[in-house]
Amino acid sequence: MTAVVGQGAAGSPAAPARTPQPRSRAGWAGRVNGLTLGVVTLWLSLIVLLPLAALTVASFGDGWSGFWAAVTAPVALAALWTTVLVSAVVAVVNVVVGTLIAWVLVRDEFPGKRFVDALIDLPFALPTIVASIVLLSLYGPNSPIGVELNATRWGLMVALAFVTLPFVVRSVQPVLIEVDRDVEQAAASLGAGNWTTFRRVVLPTLAPAIISGGGLAFARAIGEYGSVVLIGGNIPRETQVASQYIQQQIEIDRPVNAAAVSVALLVISFVTLLVLRWIAARGQEREERAA
Amino acid sequence: MRIARPTRIVLRTLALVYLTVLLAVPIVTILWRTFEPGFGAFWESIRTPAAISAFNLSLLIVAIVVPVNVVFGVVTAIVLVRGRFPGRRLLSGIVDLPFAVSPIVVGVSLIMLWGVNGWFGGLDNVGIRVIFGLPGMVIATIFVTLPFVVREVEPVLHEIGIEQEQAAATLGASRWQTFARITLPAIRWGLTYGVVLTVARALGEFGAVIMVSSGFPGVSQTLTLLVHSRYIDDHNTHGAYAAATLLMFLALLTLLLMTVLDRKRPGQPSGATIAAATAPAEADTDAEVAGADDPAPPGPVASAVPEPELATTTRSSR
Repeated sequence: MTAVVGQGAAGSPAAPARTPQPRSRAGWAGRVNGLTLGVVTLWLSLIVLLPLAALTVASFGDGWSGFWAAVTAPVALAALWTTVLVSAVVAVVNVVVGTLIAWVLVRDEFPGKRFVDALIDLPFALPTIVASIVLLSLYGPNSPIGVELNATRWGLMVALAFVTLPFVVRSVQPVLIEVDRDVEQAAASLGAGNWTTFRRVVLPTLAPAIISGGGLAFARAIGEYGSVVLIGGNIPRETQVASQYIQQQIEIDRPVNAAAVSVALLVISFVTLLVLRWIAARGQEREERAA
Repeated sequence: MRIARPTRIVLRTLALVYLTVLLAVPIVTILWRTFEPGFGAFWESIRTPAAISAFNLSLLIVAIVVPVNVVFGVVTAIVLVRGRFPGRRLLSGIVDLPFAVSPIVVGVSLIMLWGVNGWFGGLDNVGIRVIFGLPGMVIATIFVTLPFVVREVEPVLHEIGIEQEQAAATLGASRWQTFARITLPAIRWGLTYGVVLTVARALGEFGAVIMVSSGFPGVSQTLTLLVHSRYIDDHNTHGAYAAATLLMFLALLTLLLMTVLDRKRPGQPSGATIAAATAPAEADTDAEVAGADDPAPPGPVASAVPEPELATTTRSSR
């Protein structure tokens, strides 16, 4: 994972695959004809937009008051609250530990570092239900080490921390590789201690990447299902997360409730991503003004 | 920062302990619990009729989803890169949307659209059962894997530009010839990478599929559903471990393939791509949906790629 990443990727680690195109090459409008464009639009609508539209309409099947009643039903509200709370805690854990891991992987040298580095991607590669089973084999019933976390909020947090581990690490790592170490040395030569240098010099550079990684981890945790379905226990008002509540409402044939809470979940994750986007844009602006 | 050795060791230990407790020990435990009764027991457990049928169903879904995603993914990428039309950014935002939607919400949405009481419920009357049938599982998998091919092919298309295609056209090549001889060879590694991500996600998808499947063992269970039902319904813990271990090996194989392919692809940040691909959303998704007209401050990855590298890329990919 030592691929050279452009300096600017530092600013917006959330959009790594986007490569800008020199405008001079772009003025070739005639290449894409109307038919192709129509097919693509139709395809995306059929697969993505129509289902989400049907969901939104269904959530208002009993009118606005029905929607509101479904979302504010005590058990639904409790599930949404548990989801947000646990996801927020996990995001904070990721911010701290993820930054630490990134720092160790970039600035430290020890045998087996490459192996550890490769291990970080594992949670993204593993199917979520496998993550669930993997954690249960250690922290579930008949735990070989005597730590039984199933059906507790701790279990939820461990599962979510597992599946969101790579976000902060992988967004901070490339930035840390690119950081100009002269500034740190300058700070040190001016008498700044390590903590001061970290707080005043390194942290501000890393902040956008840390926030973006933490935000993405939060957004992922909000909607997570597979990894928490077995270890969470699905106890209403305690460990039931929103996705489990939705699944349950479908099972007992309450489609309006399921759709309404789904829309609430979508809104939460969209707002999270919009805020992230706004923060990234502001950081970019400030950088440009400084340059 | 010059960090004193003791501090450095403390930090390293903290990081490694966290990774050990969260990742390494659980994975070693499941391997141990899977193979403790012997390899034969593992082998038997993944050779039961239900397991074989689940494996076949997973492969069948992959076999349908991959070609569909390749065709529509490449066309979508071409439209997004080469097209100049109003609403292009909106379209691009829609492509990212599946990353932002919880798998369970995907399932509910599909039920609201394709279910018996949904918008397209009429299909059921003519004997086409989408939800609780194979079509539903395929559509759910297409939904969650839709962005991969598009997002992997797009940057490569950007990078190769259109000079070679123009040259081919000037020399009298037809559109199709140009695509087959110039464009396709140039994008092949990006495309392969996208396909690998699609396969991995299609094999591993659980939440969206369980919502739209009837989940009968031997009929409509994929590998992930098999893991779930063995653990929950059959209380067959070892069976669940064995099936999960099988899926884990498939995932490791994918990871290995991605690492190998990563070297073949031009100028891409490696880990970040996996992150972006598997992430529920890219941060810029929704501003685009909201129709922000200010062009996204793009991650200047390619602008940092020196021109010579571009040349190498084009040459090596021909």
